[in-house]
This record gives sequence, C-alpha cells and structure tokens, in this order.
Amino acid sequence: MYSYTEFDRQFIRHRAAQHRDQLARNQAGTLSDEAFRPLRLQNGWYIQRYAPMLRVAVPYGEIAARQLRVLATIAREYDRPDPELLARAQATQDGIDERAGSRPGPRLKFGYGHFTTRQNVQFNWIPLDKSADVMDLLATVDMHGIQTSGNCIRNITTDERAGIAADEVADPRPFAEILRQWSTLHPEFAFLPRKFKVAIHGAREDRAAIAWHDVGLQVVRNTESVANNAHQESAGGLSGYENVGFKVLVGGGMGRTPVVASVIREFLPWDQILNYLEAVVRVYNRWGRRDNKYKARIKILVKAEGQRFVDEVEAEYEAILTQDGAPHTIPLAELQRVAASFVPPALNCDRKTADAKIAHILKAAAEDDVEFGRWLQQNVAAHKNPDLRAVTLSFKRLGQAPGDASADQLDAVAELAERFSAGEARVTHDQNLLLPWVRCDQLPELWREARRLGLAKPNIRLLTDMIACPGGDFCDLANARAVPVAAAISEAYTDLDELHDLGEIDLHISGCINSCGHHHTGHIGILGVDKDGQEWYQVTLGGSDGSTLSGAPGAGKVIGPSFAADEMVDVVTAILDTYRTHRTSGETFINTLRRVGHDPYKAAANAVRHITARHTAQADA
Amino acid sequence: MKLFEQAQLPPSTDSQTLVLSNDADPRTADLTGVHTVVLHFPSFTDGRAFSQAFLLRRRLGFTGTIRATGDVLVDQLVQMARTGFTEAVLAEGQSLAVGQRLLDQANATYQGDAVAPQPRFASLSTLEAA
Repeated sequence: MYSYTEFDRQFIRHRAAQHRDQLARNQAGTLSDEAFRPLRLQNGWYIQRYAPMLRVAVPYGEIAARQLRVLATIAREYDRPDPELLARAQATQDGIDERAGSRPGPRLKFGYGHFTTRQNVQFNWIPLDKSADVMDLLATVDMHGIQTSGNCIRNITTDERAGIAADEVADPRPFAEILRQWSTLHPEFAFLPRKFKVAIHGAREDRAAIAWHDVGLQVVRNTESVANNAHQESAGGLSGYENVGFKVLVGGGMGRTPVVASVIREFLPWDQILNYLEAVVRVYNRWGRRDNKYKARIKILVKAEGQRFVDEVEAEYEAILTQDGAPHTIPLAELQRVAASFVPPALNCDRKTADAKIAHILKAAAEDDVEFGRWLQQNVAAHKNPDLRAVTLSFKRLGQAPGDASADQLDAVAELAERFSAGEARVTHDQNLLLPWVRCDQLPELWREARRLGLAKPNIRLLTDMIACPGGDFCDLANARAVPVAAAISEAYTDLDELHDLGEIDLHISGCINSCGHHHTGHIGILGVDKDGQEWYQVTLGGSDGSTLSGAPGAGKVIGPSFAADEMVDVVTAILDTYRTHRTSGETFINTLRRVGHDPYKAAANAVRHITARHTAQADA
Repeated sequence: MKLFEQAQLPPSTDSQTLVLSNDADPRTADLTGVHTVVLHFPSFTDGRAFSQAFLLRRRLGFTGTIRATGDVLVDQLVQMARTGFTEAVLAEGQSLAVGQRLLDQANATYQGDAVAPQPRFASLSTLEAA
C-alpha cells in the first residue's frame, strides 16, 4: 500500500481542520447553507433523504486493517440516528410499503458501512455536527473524504486485483497514487461543469469498467520500436518503464445517456499523463455545458464536438509541452519513490502442504467438500505469485443489503486481513472485500474463519453477487428503492446448486437514472423509476461492463414498460428460465442472450405481469 | 492577494482595464497596454474563470492585475490566488477578515499552479539529485 509521508499526513489534518472551521461558520450563520454545500460535498458530506451521508475515500480501493478498524469505530459510535429521526424515517418508508404493487422492504438499519461501486465506503446516519470529529478520526489513519463528491476529479478507481493479477501488464497503483496527488485540491478544477471520474487498470482483462468513466486509462507496453519514441529516453531508461504508457479513453458515462468512452490516444508515454489530463480537463472546464446538469458531463461534449474536441485537447497538450514547459512531467525518481510503497509483502507457502490440507478438507464431510470446493472455484482467484491467492469475502447475503458491513464485521475483516493478507484488503467495484495476499496453505483456515463470520458464501460473480445502490431507503435522488428488490431476489435464489447451475451473471440495480448501481452494464439491469408517486422498475438486458465474461462494453436494452415491485422476482425468474430453456451446454447467460436475441426473454417477462398488465395494454394502445 | 468589499469596488472603466466575460478565450484578447483584466464568476460554482486566469498568467505571461468579480466567496480565495488572481472583490455578505485569515492559512500543495508552476514532486527530485 502507499505509505503516507509526513507531508501527506499534515495535508489531511489541515483539510480536517478546514472542515471544522467551515462547519463552525455554518453553525454560526456566517457561512450560508448554499455556500457550505459544495465545500462539505468536496469532503464527502451529503445531506440525504433522512440524514447526512459521509463518503470516505478509499483511493483505488486499497485499505489497511487499521483503517478498517477506524471505519468499524465510526459505524459503531457515529452511525447512529436520533431515535426520533429513525422512527420518522421508518414511518415514511412504511408508507411506501403500503402502496399498491409494492413489496415490503427490510427495516432501516444503522451502524453499517457500505461499500460502493467506486471502491469507497459510505455511512448513512452520522449527524452533521459530529462530522468534524469523524474527519479528525479518519485523519488518524490517513483517511479523508476529499473529492468523493462535488463537480471535481473524484476518487480514482482501479482493478481489484491491481498489482496481483496474473494477467497484469504493469501495476496501475503507483500511477493511480500519482494521479490522486495531482488531482487533490487542484485549484483550477474544483468547480467543473460536473463530476469527473477516472478509472485505471493495467491488465489484459478490464476489471475496472474503464470505458464507463469520464477518463479511462489502460497501462500498456508499446511493442513498437522504443527508439522511435522521442519521449522514451526521459520516460524510464532501463527501469522497466521504458515502453510503458497509457491508452487513453475519454467521454464514457452512465446516467440518462449511457456512452462508451472513445479512445483518444492509443499510446501516451507514462511520464506525460498529468500534462495530458490537464489538457483534457481544461478543455472540459472551458467548453463543457453548464446550462443543463444532464448535459454537463464530458461524454456529451465529446459526442457533440467529436474531432474538434480531440483537436483542441491535442493543441492544449502541445501548448502545455512547448509553452508552459510541461511542469507536471513525472520524473522517474518520483515514479520509483511512489512505486516503492507497492512492493509485495515477502510471502510464500509450501505448496505441497497446501495441497495436502486442501485435499484433507475435500475428503472431509460431504457438505464441507461441496461448499469448500465451490468457494475455491468462485471466491479464490489466481495470483501473480503462484504461492498466493486473491480471496473475495462475500458481502452479498440474506438479511444485509449488498455491500453493507456492520461494525463487528469491519473489525472481524480487519483481523482476517492481518492474519491472512499482510494487513491489507481491497474494496471491490462489485461491493465486496478482497484479501490480496493469501498464502495457499492458509486457504482452509481462512475459509473456516470467513464461514464462521458469514462471509464465505461461494456466490462471487453469480446471480446473488449483485450490485445495488442504497436507493430510496437512504438516497435523496432515488426514485425507487433498490434494497427491497435485491433482498427479494436474494431470498428467491438461496439454493447454491441452482446459483451455480445458472452460472456467472451480472445483475445490477439502480434506484434512479444516475446509475450508481450500474444497471446499464448488467446482463440483467434493473432501474427504479417513479410514476405518480409509486415505485416502478424498468428492466434492461444485455449490458456489459467490458469484462471478458460480458464482452465489449455497451448498455443493455429495455425489454418493455416498467414493472411493479411485486412483479420483479417473477420477471427475473422468467428471464432466467428462458435462459435455461435456450442455453447450450456450458453456455453463459450473456452468450445465450446474444445468440437467441431478446425476444424470447421479453415475451417471458411480459407474460408474468399481473399488476402492470392493464397499464401496458393502455400504453400499447 | 488584495481583497475588496463591494463598496470599495475599484474602477474598471479606464482603457487599461479589460473586462472579459467568462466564456471568452483570453488567448484571443488584445492585451496591449492592459494593466488589469477583470474576470467574472456568475455563480461561485462556475469555475471557468479559474482556467481563464491560469491561461492569462501562465500561458500568456500577463503580469498585470487579474481581478475576480461576481459571486466571489471567501472559501474560494486560495484557489483564485493559485490560478493567478491578484485581486478579489468579495460578494455581498462575505467578510474581509475571514477571507484574509483563510488566505493566511493556505496549505502546501501537491500540484503546480499559475504562481508556482512546479509540482511538489519536482522539488523532491531536485533534493534527491543534490
């Protein structure tokens, strides 16, 4: 992990003190709510449906055991609503349940951290007057909420297997950290037309959905003659970085208008990335629309201007190089200084012992045999180091919202990270936690511990490992709730034999068109919509995040008018049954869908309407 | 950075003062004989003037006064100073004293800007080389 310098620590403490000052001025009435809003947002403080929400930055998802423990403390001691507020909030939520076609949701919970698709952690009930204390507490473990919200460059995300993936070309984390430092409190780019999200990966497979970001970066090695590249001499010598650079994508995003990012540069030498991004963001700041928030993202600008946008970025980049003196060219010494933080821990295991231990479990009780075998298959991934494994702890289980972790679970995971993973974990884009440094001979022990904690469900990448936003239970923007739909589907699909038979499926649920639940990229996507004050759900099929399983990135297609909450389990079941009818041996859900087309799925889903049947007939007429 | 209240608004009508709207490209402006460029924040959340100031100061090498007007809030003054503004006329209700305090408390930074173009890592490498 990146180790903070004294400068980095002082920077975070100063930021926490600044927030305390702003909060005090707001409470004294000298800083208006309106002026305080963007300031607190840029420290991660929202005001949501019932209470403030804090989004804590977990830069590129890497988190240490000591940081997990502080998040546990925040969940336990600060994520506590006033009883009166909770009662009022629950009464409002109960009111939604009573409407026609609705489905009773789980009761509101507190004392939890929530893992987000952007690898951050959120809390839902911390009173704003405690916010300065929480920022101080976070700063004690080098954490903060800087730029987790607001119209600025947001937390940078990456591959959950960065630095450990067997298919990695180069570790993206040192670059992600350099980008984090560059973008942190950038004076020119704090009030952009809209938020700006960057994702970076360095493997053959894209596990970071980079095409869906404002800027997507892929670390690549230039196989063409190194000598031909004018920058190469300054960009790495014989350091191992001599032919490293970035494929640069711009203009991806979800929301109302899902757009897959365009490649703007096939190869940019690594040392130029800050200069180049400065050009991209400056053109966006100058040209991006500010008259309509739904047209303000860079994707709209790139679509509208096309080549003119690219030309302007290239001209601006050229001016930064030739007129400004390219001050943000990254020296090799700086890359090496940062990269030194990411040296793998010295770990190896006796593989013979590991094989014997694993074989022993597999021969034990039949029930263990199956469950452990499935866990090895779904939750354990190969590692760059053949002695090690990457293990995903599942935060998708009955009784808890996808990605939610209680205070005790956060503490327990901190202990697991210390015992089994060199003190480190990763928040994944799929809202789970991954242990990146697990010795192969410790897998059986880790499995037993994780199972005891309820975090060993072997459902990773399967139907119930769904992505869901907090939705209308917490979020002020939501049009409908996501958690009750997620809970209903989880309850209907508890049989592991069935889940494994259905295979790998991306099910993504968003409570509104802002798409925090990435419904556009779900093989099955569910979008909450509001009509006449009631909750409805639009279903899309065939979306892809760009992973190997899902194929080229693209948004799913709507299968028909929205469904009622109470119809959703039947709809999902009808879609899955259609897959089972049409699949050939070993064919995945997404491949069957692409082969046979959407029609049979549409027909099956529409056939289960019992509440919306009449609405649909009217809409068709 | 010099701060002003609305009532003290410095004159901006003489021929040596250029007023640029916030969608203008400063690179196309004629800066001959200009000693003050006035930039505008129609709302404090509209950050275009930050890029305009940067281009004036850094790209065009303009050495005169760059003045911020409009919805100028004290919490954005550090950003303004870093992008090249040298004067700010505070919006109604903003306190000169608080503005000055926030400017005085400005922290060290990671990235370079219009005033100090070198990022922090440049000095780290120089130190190592020395």
